[in-house]
Amino acid sequence: MIWDEEHETMPREALEPLQLRRLQDQVARIYATVPYYRAKMDEVNVSPGDIKTLADINKLPFTTKEDLRKNYPFGLFTVPLERVVRIHASSGTTGKPTVVGYTKRDITLWANLMSRTLAAAGATSKDVIHNSYGYGLFTGGMGAHYGAENLGATVVPASGGNSKRQITIMRDFQATVLLSTPSYALNLADTMADMGVTPSDLALRVGVFGAEPWSESMREEIEKKLSIKAIDIYGLSEIIGPGVAAECHERQSGLHIMEDHFLPEIVDPETFDPLPLGAKGELVFTTLTKEAFPVIRYRTKDFSRLLTDPCICGRTFYRMEKVTGRSDDMLIIRGVNVFPSQIEHVLVSIEGVEPHYQIIVDRKGNMDTMEVHVEVSEAVFSDEIKKLEALSKKIQYDIKDLLGVSCQIKLVEPKSIQRSEGKAQRVIDKRKI
Amino acid sequence: MKVEQIAIFLENKSGRLAEITAILAQKGINIRAMSLADTADFGILRLIVNDTESACQALRNKGFTVGKTDVVVIEVSDKPGGLASVLEKIREGGLNIEYMYAFTQKSGETGLIIFRFDDIDAALKTLKNARVRILSGEEVYAI
Repeated sequence: MIWDEEHETMPREALEPLQLRRLQDQVARIYATVPYYRAKMDEVNVSPGDIKTLADINKLPFTTKEDLRKNYPFGLFTVPLERVVRIHASSGTTGKPTVVGYTKRDITLWANLMSRTLAAAGATSKDVIHNSYGYGLFTGGMGAHYGAENLGATVVPASGGNSKRQITIMRDFQATVLLSTPSYALNLADTMADMGVTPSDLALRVGVFGAEPWSESMREEIEKKLSIKAIDIYGLSEIIGPGVAAECHERQSGLHIMEDHFLPEIVDPETFDPLPLGAKGELVFTTLTKEAFPVIRYRTKDFSRLLTDPCICGRTFYRMEKVTGRSDDMLIIRGVNVFPSQIEHVLVSIEGVEPHYQIIVDRKGNMDTMEVHVEVSEAVFSDEIKKLEALSKKIQYDIKDLLGVSCQIKLVEPKSIQRSEGKAQRVIDKRKI
Repeated sequence: MKVEQIAIFLENKSGRLAEITAILAQKGINIRAMSLADTADFGILRLIVNDTESACQALRNKGFTVGKTDVVVIEVSDKPGGLASVLEKIREGGLNIEYMYAFTQKSGETGLIIFRFDDIDAALKTLKNARVRILSGEEVYAI
């Protein structure tokens, strides 16, 4: 089923003028209401009137996470807080979260985009949707929830954690659709095996997975272990949350971008010049209709390419290839964004600890694991075991406190962390994604 | 009456202990007493040597994390109950032992016990009052 047939199957000749009109309106409104954006545009001598074609978008300056951080918390909102009905936030590079806001209309739009996403995955109002995305500041849980309710499905707001209980609920309520991160889906599959629950005890037929990169082989594993069709979705809080792009169940290859609301570009990750259609580069989005928190040319740091061939499902939106990597050092651990600089921030805030560390990420069983190796300097060294163990616990606790991700700490000898060309290799990612 | 002990941080990987003893051997440093405390991930080697300064210097130059601590070394008679009577006095004095290790002398008539107390000055006072024989640094380094 196509949720919004009028827009999702719109001929390109009609879609592009709509995008241009919306882009012009959005740029004019942002220029008028956000001093920060206005200053950035004035700096490069661009005014809203200069946007005459869609290609003129490359006259506009980019927006990055750094811009969001500088304007923490509400500096980039275009409406007064009394018109904002919801706030979400995700972790930032220095411990400061990135904050996004939604008006009533934004929430309705978001719900519709998630309904489109779920419908593309093959879900309907007859489904029982088990939502294991985390509810809270993270956009995943509530974004998916509103979309599923809007679809008319029966929603089970399970949120994350307590896998055994989740499986019992899925079995007893006969859930047909699972929403979660792909790694959590595999964790559920393993817990099921431990409990002696087989896929035939459940009624699941589709899983809608996002919030972290995953491979085709992981898709095969999930589909086999849970006996479902696994669908990839894409979104980020800075754009709206989940609901930016979604695979159709007919093809399961390439994610249709909701182009009537988000304008995608692919740029060279070094020069930031626009790349021709089909070329691989950094994915950049401009929101076309968002009210409270629109963004212009937001650099996602995700690598992808746009696929323009017609799709069997009937949708005319271009598809983005499954995200394969990033242009920065952000790690996604169990769905949580982690920057090495955040770990560094924790370490240097502990007296005597030097920022000589290495992060080792792996996937054991189906869960991401993170181990942080920290060199022991003389300032923190003690001849007593309990003092070193207390130090290691303190680091572990502070990281968990800041990032919400648990990790193992290993104290290591000075200079034992590999240094390449004089610069330490901060991250070793052993996961095969 | 305090004796200097050096502590060295060790990752649990093969050959590290051999490396340390080789460094000390090369500098002509003699190990008087040692103990190794370990956890699943790391270990702490504690040594009393005849030349603390040179040993620290040599190990630091080779990149080891080294710390110096003061410990108390006492003599107990090498017969049943020798240690028990000293520990009883430590208990009576309300002293806290962080860790301890022992070694015997060549003569074999007395054993030496090394204590790491959380409050070394209080410990020295208690042991002195109890007439326990406390060895000086010079005596220990020269054993």
